[in-house]
Amino acid sequence: MATLTTDKKPARSASRANGRPRPELIFGDLWEFDPAPETADPKLKPRYDLFIGGKFVAPASGKYFDSINPANEQKLAELAVGGAADVDAAYQAASKAFESVWGKMPGKERGKYLFRIARLLQDRAREFAVAETMDNGKPIRETRDFDVPMAAAHFFYHGGWADKLDYAAPGRRMAPLGVVAQVIPWNFPLLMLSWKIAPALAAGNCVVIKPATNTPINAVKLAEIFQDAGLPPGVVNVITGPGSTGGLMMAHPSAAKIAFTGSTEVGKVIMRSVAGTEKKMTMELGGKAANIVFDDAPIDQAVEGIVNGIFFNQGQVCCAGSRLLVHESVADLVVSKLKNRLRVLRVGDPLDKNTDVGAIVSRAQLDSIQEYLDIGVKEGAEMWQPPFRRPAKGFFLPPTIFTGVTMSHRIAREEIFGPVLSILTFRTVEEAIEKANNTAYGLSAGVWTDKGSRILKMSTELKAGVVWANTFNKFDPTSPFGGYKESGFGREGGRQGLLDYAKLV
Amino acid sequence: MSRLPITKTPKPYVGGAFIRSESGRVFPVKDAAGNFFANIPQCTRKDLRNAVEAAAKAGPGWAKRTAYNRGQILYRLGEMLEARRAEMIDTLALFGATKSAAAKDVDVSTDRLIYYAGWSDKYEQVLGNVNPVAAPYFNFTVTEPMGVVGVLAPDSPALLGLVSLVAPVIVSGNTVVAHVSEKTPYPAILFGEMLATSDLPGGVVNLLSGFRKELLPTFATHTHLRAISATASADERKTLRLGAAESIKRVKFTDSDIDWFAATAQSPYAIRDTLEFKTTWHPIGA
Repeated sequence: MATLTTDKKPARSASRANGRPRPELIFGDLWEFDPAPETADPKLKPRYDLFIGGKFVAPASGKYFDSINPANEQKLAELAVGGAADVDAAYQAASKAFESVWGKMPGKERGKYLFRIARLLQDRAREFAVAETMDNGKPIRETRDFDVPMAAAHFFYHGGWADKLDYAAPGRRMAPLGVVAQVIPWNFPLLMLSWKIAPALAAGNCVVIKPATNTPINAVKLAEIFQDAGLPPGVVNVITGPGSTGGLMMAHPSAAKIAFTGSTEVGKVIMRSVAGTEKKMTMELGGKAANIVFDDAPIDQAVEGIVNGIFFNQGQVCCAGSRLLVHESVADLVVSKLKNRLRVLRVGDPLDKNTDVGAIVSRAQLDSIQEYLDIGVKEGAEMWQPPFRRPAKGFFLPPTIFTGVTMSHRIAREEIFGPVLSILTFRTVEEAIEKANNTAYGLSAGVWTDKGSRILKMSTELKAGVVWANTFNKFDPTSPFGGYKESGFGREGGRQGLLDYAKLV
Repeated sequence: MSRLPITKTPKPYVGGAFIRSESGRVFPVKDAAGNFFANIPQCTRKDLRNAVEAAAKAGPGWAKRTAYNRGQILYRLGEMLEARRAEMIDTLALFGATKSAAAKDVDVSTDRLIYYAGWSDKYEQVLGNVNPVAAPYFNFTVTEPMGVVGVLAPDSPALLGLVSLVAPVIVSGNTVVAHVSEKTPYPAILFGEMLATSDLPGGVVNLLSGFRKELLPTFATHTHLRAISATASADERKTLRLGAAESIKRVKFTDSDIDWFAATAQSPYAIRDTLEFKTTWHPIGA
């Protein structure tokens, strides 16, 4: 008996030394889950107009474009193609509102409108969550539990700032800039609206905003809430349309500030286009975040963090942890546990409450991600995907990991903006820092270790605007967000973000 | 027979040394009376790139100094200027300032250095904060220097313009490559000698004399310059912004007609202009 025990023990520890995890039950597709669709009515209208001067108005061109559901490729609604005349009308409405109402209104009263908007959005949370999921393809679990409540929280937080601006910049007084132009991306359509609009209004500015072409619906739905809240006409104007409409907006001479969230490439185009003007700018651009796992990290938690870091919102997140840097001694263990975890990640109908990974936003984005998968394979990295049944319709991609990636690989350098993780290893703290910082980007980073002093060292050394230690992809209205280097400048959220919407006098 | 005085060869302060331009080029500068004063190095784009390299090398060490230490070094720079106050006033007067204007330029410059020296271990407490996030995380926002910052100084006030742009940049741990006044470069070169004796590590402030037109495009496009703080004409602003777009460089313009002598010309928000904000999250738990 004793012999048997001594025989067994070394065998088990040898297996762990090989980096293999303990055996665990993997249910995978052993049992079918019953569908659990979210059935709340998104209350979509067949057609949405532009929101200018507090009214929904048809575009001057009379043209409309379709917004489709990326999960089934069906048309959801048609939206107005805003053009130069519409943009001009929006600025006129915004300037008028700024001069006659909003710019003069006491902060106390301005704040009340923001509180109202927050409350009205909370009232209609489920409706907005379903609309967001249908327009964007992200899982209802995320829109319901993250996007919509966080959007409401941003309005609520900034509502409280409106009459306390004197406390935001000691020694100086905050003055509004005027009318600000805001152009937002498709990955967090509603949340980006709130990140942009709430601080702008709290600081006393008026807004002309354009949602992304792929995901315009909640922007015009939010305009319904502005109407219900009694927000004075022209304070916020929503212009839908293609990218070129955004260009018109930012080029407009009445724009005192430009706030843009999107790719670094487009950010550079915008910066060039406004050179020669005195427009203020906030740029929230791309990223290629390193998520760094040390050998003393709580590995199971780290694996959850890696999954949340890169597969949250199908990896279509500027701060996604798209580069996993893992301590060499635990690399095999981490990768093996990660694969097990990915085998049970549910990819499919975004409206299903059990879905973890939904649809990619558009065919173009899916193609772009697929191109990177081909590049990764061609450059010699090893690709792995869990078993996956592609739905007949819609733009789906299974979570994908690449091992054997080096710093020179394009999949380790360029922002893929999809559910694709590049895994690299390191041996020393210095090597981890060097690899993490060796990028033109600097938006976010993750660190997993049990050692407090190492967390603080990493947090100090990493050139990134947000560092998540033993967590990843956490957001809050009070917490400033934004990048170093080519990830942009300015912050959104917190006191720092608020100050970017004012001049100090 | 009267003694012939020794004239100084003006050399700008770069990388902790006094240099000539790598090109060997110089341009003559006259005093206010129109008399030849000296030949001033006409620094080139190559000199600028070398200066950026020196600034980049000095950066991490300077940023790692304690805030207290940086404050003391800035204070000592003020001491150096005060000690050579008479010489600096005479120099400014030589190039056309009235004695009283020159004295004001030097005194306000000195006071400005002391002002920013005092901010070194305080701006963090004013600009950063802990954030009360709605989840069990400890979340705090701290500032960090951006790195190497390009400064384009105004012609006037010859000393205070440069000091007002440089001091708030370096106090937080940034390093600077500055183009000094083309019209009146010598006061800045003299200031370089005070930088050299102030305990400021070599490479933290690098001063280039020369023609703005020649150097400006490189200031705009050099990707290792993470920010620009400048006084500039409308055309120059456009060039700087266009170049900055290539590497998402931060650009801060100060109007050259501001009242440089006023208390409003200095604030922790000038320090903020070349800071990055970094927010760290950590779970609260066992």
